Amino acid sequence: MLQLSPAPHISSSKNMEKIMYGVVLALVPALVGSVYFFGWRVLFLTALSVLSALITEWTFQRVTHREIRCFDGSAIITGILLAFNIPVNSPWWIPVAGSFFAIFVVKQVFGGLGYNIFNPALAGRAFLVASWPSLMTGNWTPPIGGTLSGLSNLDGITQATPLTLLSLSPRASVIHALNSGTMLKALFVGNTGGCLGETSALLLLIGALFLFAMRYADWRISVSYIGSVFAFSGILYLLGINTVNPTFHILSGGVMLGGLFMATDMVTSPVTLKGRWIFGIAGGLLCVLFRTWGGYPEGVSYSILIMNMFVPLLDRLQPRVYGRSK
Amino acid sequence: MRHTFIDGIVKNNMVLVLAIGLCPTLAVSTSAYNSLGMGIAVIFVLVFSNVIVSLLRNVIPKNLRIPIFIVIISTFVTMVDYSMKAYVPPLSKQLGVFVPLIVVNCGILGRAEGYAYHHPPHYSLMDGLGIGLGFTIVLFVMGTIREILGQGIWLNIPGVFPGFCVFGKAFTNSSVLLLILPPGGFLTIALLMGLFNHFRGGSK
Repeated sequence: MLQLSPAPHISSSKNMEKIMYGVVLALVPALVGSVYFFGWRVLFLTALSVLSALITEWTFQRVTHREIRCFDGSAIITGILLAFNIPVNSPWWIPVAGSFFAIFVVKQVFGGLGYNIFNPALAGRAFLVASWPSLMTGNWTPPIGGTLSGLSNLDGITQATPLTLLSLSPRASVIHALNSGTMLKALFVGNTGGCLGETSALLLLIGALFLFAMRYADWRISVSYIGSVFAFSGILYLLGINTVNPTFHILSGGVMLGGLFMATDMVTSPVTLKGRWIFGIAGGLLCVLFRTWGGYPEGVSYSILIMNMFVPLLDRLQPRVYGRSK
Repeated sequence: MRHTFIDGIVKNNMVLVLAIGLCPTLAVSTSAYNSLGMGIAVIFVLVFSNVIVSLLRNVIPKNLRIPIFIVIISTFVTMVDYSMKAYVPPLSKQLGVFVPLIVVNCGILGRAEGYAYHHPPHYSLMDGLGIGLGFTIVLFVMGTIREILGQGIWLNIPGVFPGFCVFGKAFTNSSVLLLILPPGGFLTIALLMGLFNHFRGGSK
């Protein structure tokens, strides 16, 4: 059947399902790594989260008489990313409630895929942190065979992840240990305490490189976001305000997960190149500000959520239209 | 006249349709009991201010009407405020500054300006009752939703009644805290507005 559509008539083999399942594939290394670090409960929580996202989406589309499109992959991504954002010994209803909120309130109520203002998984996380703060920020488990802080000699001092350790205004010896190569190596491999999917920078990078190679995500957003976290925390480190080196900052917490998979979400990131650079740089700056002076140890999710709000404004930074003055 | 009353509840619902008087709605609707207290205070003030404004509508000069409305409204607000302080001090403490703030509640001022100033007293009375009741119902529904989800109990009256444990003890211990925080108020009101206008449908 012939289809008529307005220009441009550029065809591409890319379609939404393909991109979405590509992202799911890119998340697999981090998921496998997470199972390795934290055990089988990871799969249980992730499955619950994905299931809850799919059921919520299906029910909403059914009740509002929309086309049932819950298997287009986007709900699965939201489910996996949300599960990546919770601690491993969360009770079973945490991923269920988070995915429900992410899909129902953040995505479907605004009109479904393509119309949501905020990244659903991140907003779901914000909802969980606001609702059950003790379960979401004080409920860490060490990885199997590893320690919570990633360093064997620090767990005796305090039960905390690297970032919580930092937020407790630690003593000089602790700061020295946080700056050490062992610490950075543990953070890079992922052998520290933290949320399910955020600990391993290496495995997240492998997935993200696949996305960049397939052009399913724009490397500029990731590079500008992570680079900006590095640059601004480096400036604060040189000024002596920040006690740990910038490499620690980009490897710890959710910077990798957020910068590589959340900020690059196609729906909630700017369209233009200039907009994308500004989006990433401002997001990174906010993250460093939150980490240094904020109330929570971590600031990645809020920095990206806030930048999500600026996307409609950033989208007005259009390239100059030729043939017009001004 | 019956229409005026029903319209006040449904077609001109202060919160869900006119979207005025939202600040007390958002701030006070954290529990069903607070909502009821606020709603009754608003009904009282609204009914009396509507009637008085309507009685004086031919006397009040056009240029000076707003200050005069405010004086009339604040008279009744003061009455409500002092009686609450005398008879239900815990409730008065809970509602705090939002009782005196009924003076500048745009819902009440809006009805004085938009309705009572142009209509005879008996209609204004019904309008005040209808609008006030509509406001109270919405506030009570919001308070119920937020209290049940946010605290896991319903109709808790501080110092008098501990409230019904609706979904069991386990839920009460891990209730959805967000719902009693300000974002929860905005979310609840948005979802209620959406649902209400969806089911009211064609009568735009």
